[in-house]
Amino acid sequence: MVRYDSLITSVGNTPLVGLPRLSAPFNTGAEGAPEIRIWAKLEDRNPTGSIKDRPALKMIEVAEKEGLLRPGCTILEPTSGNTGISIAMAAKLKGYRTVFVMPENTSEERRQILCMWGAEIVSSPAAGGSNEAVRVAKQIAAEHPDWVMLYQYGNAANALAHEEGTGPEILADLPSITHFVAGLGTTGTLMGVSRFFRGAKPDVTIVAAEPRYGELVYGLRNLDEGFVPELYDAELIDSRFSVGPRDAVRRVRELLDLEGIFAGISTGAILHAALGQAAKAMKAGESADIAFVVCDGGWKYLSTGAYEGTVDDAEERLEGQLWA
Amino acid sequence: MAIEVRIPTILRTYTGGEKAVSAEGANLSAAIDSLEANHPGIKDRLVEDKGAGIELRRFVNVYINDEDVRFIGSLDAELSDGDQIVILPAVAGGAA
Repeated sequence: MVRYDSLITSVGNTPLVGLPRLSAPFNTGAEGAPEIRIWAKLEDRNPTGSIKDRPALKMIEVAEKEGLLRPGCTILEPTSGNTGISIAMAAKLKGYRTVFVMPENTSEERRQILCMWGAEIVSSPAAGGSNEAVRVAKQIAAEHPDWVMLYQYGNAANALAHEEGTGPEILADLPSITHFVAGLGTTGTLMGVSRFFRGAKPDVTIVAAEPRYGELVYGLRNLDEGFVPELYDAELIDSRFSVGPRDAVRRVRELLDLEGIFAGISTGAILHAALGQAAKAMKAGESADIAFVVCDGGWKYLSTGAYEGTVDDAEERLEGQLWA
Repeated sequence: MAIEVRIPTILRTYTGGEKAVSAEGANLSAAIDSLEANHPGIKDRLVEDKGAGIELRRFVNVYINDEDVRFIGSLDAELSDGDQIVILPAVAGGAA
């Protein structure tokens, strides 16, 4: 059934596609040898082109149900782009005003898209990245108590969208799944999907891939004033990897070259961690079905320069940018 | 046994501005002690004792060969010659 009453109801049910060429190096083809397969969950197939449609709509739905969000309300949210785009789409259809706090070192495309959907943007300083956006948004929220901040970093509905949607969809398509790999930002995807698997198939290994940015993003902050999203529960994760821009760019290009999938840069980081799990399974002589998340397509990142020139050039261009 | 340790900007006051220094030890705890011997004061910024023994500070993330040490034994995480340790402040990341 691919007919929907409106764009909003068409969120989710994204394809899971096999990556035979990227999986090939892990399979010797010898008789009795373990089979290792890597699968991509194409979240760019959501209405606004990213996985964030899931949590954004769920957070709005829950806020409406709880009476927090009423017609004419203003929604405020710290975002590096994707969540903002998702909220802006829903807000347009539902009649809300939107104000987003966005680090100034995010890609130009994301700004333009948000403006197209009618959002207002407040820029937060580049140094400190998303941490600063969160801080500025909290400050604005205090000045405008009538505005509704959905707050994706601490809103249980964010993780719930994945516990009810992303997780069950993957298990239905791939009952033999052994590993799930996703990006770590708000931690919503990993928390929700892990909670689902811990109940439905507890032996699935849950792996987090976290982007490692240039020094500017970490800034000169005091180490005592760091930020860990309120949603994060380390018990729900089995391994966590930090992936720098070089590996992310290299992998996102491989995904395009070998499998024809044009993904955003953060997906390269996630694929890097997924390939690490494949290598580990091969070394251990075990079969594996590894599913990872393609968060969004590459369109919004063309201006970052990640897709042209040498990997060295691309790495240099990404220094100081929030590429995931 | 030489292990490279990447130091975040905020902690370079302890390393004379060096971005990377070397340390020794068979596990993270020993490597931090060896860092402290050469760069006094740095250990206290990385670990704390909240009553249940020494542990990593909440907003300090440490990675051995890109893997978060909290999932591989924390301060007991094993080290081998040629490993790389990266220390970073915890930040909000990802395509949020």
